Amino acid sequence: MAQKAIREYDAKSILAKHWDKYFPDFTYSYETALVASGAELLEAKEKSWLKEKPLVAKPDMLFGKRGKNGLVLFKDQKPGDVSLEKAAAWIDEKSKEDVTVYFSFDGDTPTGEPKVDRLTHFIVEPFTPHDQSEEYYISATCVGDEDVLYMSAEGGMEVEEAWDEKVTEVAFQITATEEEIAKRIKANIPADVKEEDKENFAKFAIGFFKIYRELNFAYLEINPFVMQGRKIELLDMVAKLDDTAGFMMVEEWSGVEYPTAFGMEAKSPEVEAIEEADAKTGASLKLTLLKPEARIWTMVAGGGASVVYADTIADFAGIEDLANYGEYSGGPTTGETKFYAETILDLMTREKDLKGRDKILIIGGAIANFTDVAKTFTGIIQAFEEYADKMKDIGIKIYVRRGGPNYEKGLKDIKEAADKLGLKIYVYGPETHVTDIVRMALEEK
Amino acid sequence: MGKLFTRDTQAIFWNNNKTAIQRMLDYDYTIKRETPSVAAIVAPTSGNKFEKFFWGGDEIMIPLYKSTAEAKAAQPQAEVLLNFASFRTAYDVTMEALNIGGFKTIMITAEGIPERLARGMNAYARELGVVVIGPATVGAIAPGAFKIANIGGTIENIVNSKLHRSGSCGLVTRSGGLFNELSNIIAINADGIAEGVAIGGDRFVGSVFIDNLLRMQENPDVKYMILLGEVGGTEEYKVIEAVKSGKITKPIIAWCIGTIAKYYDSGVQFGHAGASANAERETAEAKNKAMAEAGIYVPATFNDLPAKIKEVHEGLKAEGIIGEIAKSEINTVPKVRRPKQFICTISDDRGEEATYAGFPISDVATPDTGKGIGDVISLLWFKKQYPKWATDFIETVIKTVADHGPAVSGAHNAKVTARAGKSVVESLVTGLLTIGPRFGGAIDGAAKYFKYADDNNLSPKEFLSYMKKEGVPIPGIGHRIKSLKNPDLRVTGLMNYAAEHFPSTPLLDYAKTVEALTTSKKENLILNVDGTIGILMVDMWRALGYPEEEIDEFVASGTLNAFFIVGRSIGFIGHVLDEKRLAMPMYRHPMDDILYDVKKAEKID
Repeated sequence: MAQKAIREYDAKSILAKHWDKYFPDFTYSYETALVASGAELLEAKEKSWLKEKPLVAKPDMLFGKRGKNGLVLFKDQKPGDVSLEKAAAWIDEKSKEDVTVYFSFDGDTPTGEPKVDRLTHFIVEPFTPHDQSEEYYISATCVGDEDVLYMSAEGGMEVEEAWDEKVTEVAFQITATEEEIAKRIKANIPADVKEEDKENFAKFAIGFFKIYRELNFAYLEINPFVMQGRKIELLDMVAKLDDTAGFMMVEEWSGVEYPTAFGMEAKSPEVEAIEEADAKTGASLKLTLLKPEARIWTMVAGGGASVVYADTIADFAGIEDLANYGEYSGGPTTGETKFYAETILDLMTREKDLKGRDKILIIGGAIANFTDVAKTFTGIIQAFEEYADKMKDIGIKIYVRRGGPNYEKGLKDIKEAADKLGLKIYVYGPETHVTDIVRMALEEK
Repeated sequence: MGKLFTRDTQAIFWNNNKTAIQRMLDYDYTIKRETPSVAAIVAPTSGNKFEKFFWGGDEIMIPLYKSTAEAKAAQPQAEVLLNFASFRTAYDVTMEALNIGGFKTIMITAEGIPERLARGMNAYARELGVVVIGPATVGAIAPGAFKIANIGGTIENIVNSKLHRSGSCGLVTRSGGLFNELSNIIAINADGIAEGVAIGGDRFVGSVFIDNLLRMQENPDVKYMILLGEVGGTEEYKVIEAVKSGKITKPIIAWCIGTIAKYYDSGVQFGHAGASANAERETAEAKNKAMAEAGIYVPATFNDLPAKIKEVHEGLKAEGIIGEIAKSEINTVPKVRRPKQFICTISDDRGEEATYAGFPISDVATPDTGKGIGDVISLLWFKKQYPKWATDFIETVIKTVADHGPAVSGAHNAKVTARAGKSVVESLVTGLLTIGPRFGGAIDGAAKYFKYADDNNLSPKEFLSYMKKEGVPIPGIGHRIKSLKNPDLRVTGLMNYAAEHFPSTPLLDYAKTVEALTTSKKENLILNVDGTIGILMVDMWRALGYPEEEIDEFVASGTLNAFFIVGRSIGFIGHVLDEKRLAMPMYRHPMDDILYDVKKAEKID
């Protein structure tokens, strides 16, 4: 995936690093700290403002609605009185055990499924006393082929709840020049931005849109920012980077990390092992476990083909029967294919089917452009040899369909090997429709 | 009209991807193309001038260039750029090609070009009317005409999938792997494809479904279209609009893959980077439904796609819209091929009679052919038929340098060796071995330095001070005894010949201004015979229309010296035969002609 979410702390750090270039008319104090625990916060002595100013603390783990989830600390007795010690204690308390987070709300009532996970990263900043009228909203992202800048005179929750009335949108072609952009932003400053702020708002928005474009943000939002003359505070930020630009942005983004989303299930060791192998090879190895106790497993070559197999299984059997999604492509070596096949066979042979049926292994693929089919099948055959006993024990029917360079040999080899090992196998070539083995597998009783 | 490629389409292949290029040439050979579909390869870091590839059982050479600009200048007819640069450089390569101009289609294979760059590149190409295929694609094919790189897979698969000749379907997919699969399905259930494009898997690709389908609507070979879309994006809706508004009237069969995605949250990435639905409208199901409602043929599932294709194709055939596809003859690529160790581009002894650059020897050998040694040299050295003024000049040069008496080092060597009882060939080569920077080399040197000075517009004075800095006397200037007043008649002869027969002599004219300056310093610093030959050779090549770089290569590779070697061999052999005829005894140098100054060697501890 090209677009990756980054922490609020990293987003602010990137803006701060390039502040003078994009926002020469404004100041930003960049008083912000990212910590994993209270102890770490207490040790961050070089940031003297931590001791001197009242603080705000909140999790920095890619999810929003932190206020509604009760996860923003801004008051002890009254707003703006949080001390360093209090913040540290709060962080320790909140990270002690799993918390439940809702991602959408209707008013103050949570809707949708919550996720439960441990809080591990917190952002701590000074409490910024300001008037509601000094809060503004700005964001930018790509919609279709255009970049769209969103601006509003109201920040915070108000803007989200009344988006259509309160937000001004300006869309730009990728080819828009800086002059054009500046002109159109100036002409579209939301009417209810305070008169005395209008000029500054425009300057800030122009800088904001420029940094969004030039530093390859895929999404950039400040909600809200506080504008007090030339002084800007970034109260809350959300950002995604186009990580394919990473090779050009080594300097600009230095130090940024891509955390996994809060509540993402911990990856199984098998999936992690495949990811590790994938990172090391020029080929592609992908595995997602959907329902490990399910009956149908796939080992499909190619990004497109793997999708149509999954589609077809869902059509014929429903998703309750689909155990995994994955693909291997780009000419993996025999060793890499063997490892991939062993991982799947290992997962597949742990439990018998709950209803006592044979499990189904789909070894599918379209007609390859350049991958040597016989070579990749050699890896699968070696995995069969390792797991043949377990496979017979659990009861597995194997359906193979593949074409491409050297496919005749590949199909013949896998059939002979499976027969020799006493495995149930059905083998088809390009004369059979790519996904038709799914139908055959499910029709056969 | 409306065709992406024809049988004459040629490409410049950026990156020397030998396997992919060989696949293209195998395809060309199979479908009996007359010209290879790859006209040039851009290989910025290679020092080679060409790469060998098989053409059937034979081999051909495809020229290599350092840059797209050079390749395009040399092969202006190549209107397709196959950009196989990595995701780091693919953008720059595309933008450079767009700025050079003259490309109709650019295909980009790299996956993961930064999105903002991809968008800028695609917008610029669109503005210029250039079709971009990709990024992140396996390419496109016009069966029976032109195939990009690896699309279609192996030659066996291409023939099985009927991709070797034009059918009646226009195929557009996102995925490259499924493109192949679809071609196969169409071959089995219908009559193959007329044109096919895999638009690429990245979020931002150049030409999208609608661009390709609108072109196919104009292509008379395309009778119906198949569109294989994916979950994510809204491009399919543009197709729906075109169908509704009547811009597209040919039947379309379509399916979006990724119907499964709705069951899972966005944490599961199915397939390509572009394949992720941000809204209900972008799901595969919504798109399939909307397409069906617009009158596009949409099967119930992907598994039913073959039957739908068969049904539509048969319907069109029954209506008489699709006729029978003519059988096409193909060549078979040999299974076993061996690369050749040596290459010969000048002569060929395989036929009835051996040839010099395509001319049977008997066509140039006898006097009645009107051809002389100069013609033979122009054929075997330069693979060209030079005009008579040039071949006569070459002969004049050879005759002029044939000998210069027994005292020069080469002749002396040859004579000494002959007197030691050695054969003609042995004696000759000892003579030839002295030819180099000090003996005969002035021809090369004069051409090199005078050309440099002329190319860089150095005034005679600047040229002299440049040579002084280089620390070398000017090659081709100076004679032992001759001067302007007492000219070297060989030089006069060459100059007169050039004045009369050369179309122009810019370098000689320049050299004469230098000579005017040098002789003003010292009488005998005239342009000598070596200098005149070297300089006039450059003028000859210029007048024959050679580009400056090629002339520089002639100079650098020692071609000028070669004229001296051939000419002077005549003289050396004369001296050797003279020694044999006179039966001269072994030569020993007189001791009184040697200064003996031998000290006892010091011991070093």
